[in-house]
Amino acid sequence: METEIQLVACAIEGEEYAIDIRSVQEIIRLQEITRVPQASSFVSGVINLRGMVIPVMDMRRRFGFPGKVPDETTRIVIINWNGLLVGILVDSVSEVIRLPRRDIEQPPSCSSNVNSEFFTGIGKLGSRLLIMLNLDKILGINSDV
Amino acid sequence: MDMTQYLNVFLEESREHLQKLNESLLDLEGSPQSREVLDEIFRSAHTLKGMSATMGFTDVAELTHEMENVLHKLRNGEISNSPEILDMLFKCVDLLDSMVNDITNGGTGSLPINHLVAKLKDSENLPKTGGNQSGVGEPVGKPVEESREIQDRPDNIVTSFEFNEYEKNLIKQAIDQGFQCYHLVVNIDPRCVMKSARAFMIFKNMEEIGEIIKSIPSVQDIEEEKFDTGFDLIVISREPQEVIRKGLVTITEVGEPDIKRITEVFTAPDTFEVIKDAPPNCQPVNTNPPAKTEAQKDTQSPAQAKPRASQTVRVDTTRLDSLMNLVGELVINKTRLEQIGRFAQLPDLTETMEQMDRITTDLQNVVMKVRMVPIDSVFSRFPRMVRDLARDLGKEIELIVEGKETELDRTVIDEIGDPLVHLLRNSIDHGVEEPAIRLAAGKREHGRVILSSRHEGNNVVIEVEDDGKGLDPEKIKNKAIEKGLLLPEEAQDLDDSSVYRLVLLPGFSTADKVTDVSGRGVGLDAVKNKIEALSGSIHIESVPGVGTKFKIQLPLTLAIIQALLVLLENETYAIPLSFIAETTSVTPDQINNIQEQEVMLIRGDVLPLVRLHKVFQVPPSDLPREEEINIVIVRKGDKRVGLIVDTLVGQQEIVIKPLGKLLGNIPVIAGATILGNGQVSLIIDVASLF
Repeated sequence: METEIQLVACAIEGEEYAIDIRSVQEIIRLQEITRVPQASSFVSGVINLRGMVIPVMDMRRRFGFPGKVPDETTRIVIINWNGLLVGILVDSVSEVIRLPRRDIEQPPSCSSNVNSEFFTGIGKLGSRLLIMLNLDKILGINSDV
Repeated sequence: MDMTQYLNVFLEESREHLQKLNESLLDLEGSPQSREVLDEIFRSAHTLKGMSATMGFTDVAELTHEMENVLHKLRNGEISNSPEILDMLFKCVDLLDSMVNDITNGGTGSLPINHLVAKLKDSENLPKTGGNQSGVGEPVGKPVEESREIQDRPDNIVTSFEFNEYEKNLIKQAIDQGFQCYHLVVNIDPRCVMKSARAFMIFKNMEEIGEIIKSIPSVQDIEEEKFDTGFDLIVISREPQEVIRKGLVTITEVGEPDIKRITEVFTAPDTFEVIKDAPPNCQPVNTNPPAKTEAQKDTQSPAQAKPRASQTVRVDTTRLDSLMNLVGELVINKTRLEQIGRFAQLPDLTETMEQMDRITTDLQNVVMKVRMVPIDSVFSRFPRMVRDLARDLGKEIELIVEGKETELDRTVIDEIGDPLVHLLRNSIDHGVEEPAIRLAAGKREHGRVILSSRHEGNNVVIEVEDDGKGLDPEKIKNKAIEKGLLLPEEAQDLDDSSVYRLVLLPGFSTADKVTDVSGRGVGLDAVKNKIEALSGSIHIESVPGVGTKFKIQLPLTLAIIQALLVLLENETYAIPLSFIAETTSVTPDQINNIQEQEVMLIRGDVLPLVRLHKVFQVPPSDLPREEEINIVIVRKGDKRVGLIVDTLVGQQEIVIKPLGKLLGNIPVIAGATILGNGQVSLIIDVASLF
């Protein structure tokens, strides 16, 4: 097993999150999103990615944060999730980080945090703490609408 | 030499030839005396033999070789055409088919062929034309001696001439100057010992009355006797055909020549058109059928070459899809460029953009058309199937296929085969009666099944119609009640068309006895499900004692549809045109409320209204409202609903894209499409609004 993983670091509501780079296809600027009626509340809608129609999920709404008007730094991270393409809307994307596996800890098991099931662990990079996103849970929207 | 790269070509062409063999054999069954059909079969078998021998599939080659022998004898009238021989040939084609499949699956194509080869060889012992029954298969009025000539020149089946530019010019000039150009097929008696001497005399005679511009084989080869029993000459002369003929037949040991007049030389393909028969006054005294068919054959070949060429293009659909995506992307970016161009106001750029606009539109149309395939690719396998089925069931069926040129999208074509097989089997097994019963009912012994397709608006209609016993409403009702599909009290209220629909229910089968053909548990409900999965519908019409008609209605394509774009506030939605009955506009006071349901009157009928804003929870915007309310009236079956929208944008061809698994099934949305400006627009699932 590799001792190091590469992560895409992004920010949502002032906190830093990390996505395994192997599941990220690309990162694009915000573009026009078509709202899809009767879809889950955290689905912003669909976008046109070079001729493909791809759903976009708003991470703020997924985590229950208040909405925010998109700005210059807003990005859509295109995730290739087992062959399915899906975009996740984040406040900003900062960098690609290399992190030794031993620096990743289990998420704190305090049950009061409803979002804890969305995380696979906490990465420590110096004084920064990165929350590792559990894409299977986050994107498995059919299971908990 | 490594043959693998040719394998695919071999397989594709083999399948084509097998399909052709099947078709031609069926034709032959219909008209046993047709020389052209025999030639056609011969050609296919011959090509197959050549191809398989080259590829090293010896068993295929051997079988086709034996077939060829039998066909050869059929052509010469040495053996007569009989159902037994046809059956044998059909079996050969089946075996060849299995062999080709074996090769496809990585095998060697070696299957036991001995029994068939033995049978084919045995066919030689079948009665000869002279003493046969009822003269079936004997070419009309063809004297036996003449048939010998043909037999002695088996390689004359394809007389393909290739002219070089010089020769073409020569022929063209000669024709322009009032000369005649003849294509002679000269036959020399095979018993002749000095063939080259005869050839010399032929050349001499021809030079006296005209000019020989080409010979096949070459003059040198002929002089060295490097030819079989005949050769071809192209002669330019002022003399009528009869003079040419006399110049040949007066030479001893030279048989009746085959003379064709060349009237035109094509410059593009290296073929020429031959129009048979010089003016009536100079027609040979004994109009010999072999010559005639020979000519017909040749005139046919250029025409036949064309459709074949178009059939051999095979492209993976995924490639077409990605091509379509790329074109879509191109169009979107072109629109963006146009916007930039308008902003920059550069005349040169604007002009270029206009050109590009035309080209991309054309490109888009072409790509969309590329996905369309004639339904013939499905229909073509049915005649054989129907024939076999009718034989198995001891029925006589005439299958009439109409509208096989109707084009459908690949996606639909790939799916429609199985339901049609099922319907045809159903018609033949359950619809058409046994010959004896038909006769007793005063019908023709032959049952007739008509398979037809045509375009109807934006749909394709495919019908399977038989002239059988028709559906018996009482019998269906009883059966449905017995099977628990219907309550007895419900049965009384049903009209006939509703009763017929019962046969489409799962678990329904009216056949009294289960045959091998149908009634194996997979009922018509499978057909219905498939058709509905293709967004189509199926209707049944039937008259007891007269026949049954299954009518399938399908969208032209599953990927591209015509849609009406509408605005709800500032969101754009697409409504499939196939659902739209009409559009209208009303003033607010024309809308009434009946029990909290908004309705309006249209031509005296009450029309329920749906506010799409509410269904789609469209957020309000500050766009100015129009005075009038636009209503799109949609229909499903005989139900109608009026959809209230803000603005009608216009009609457009759209490419349907799925929303994807992650969004799951959103009931009111059928899919998405990308508009010219790159924006994603959602397609309304009209059926869910009823």
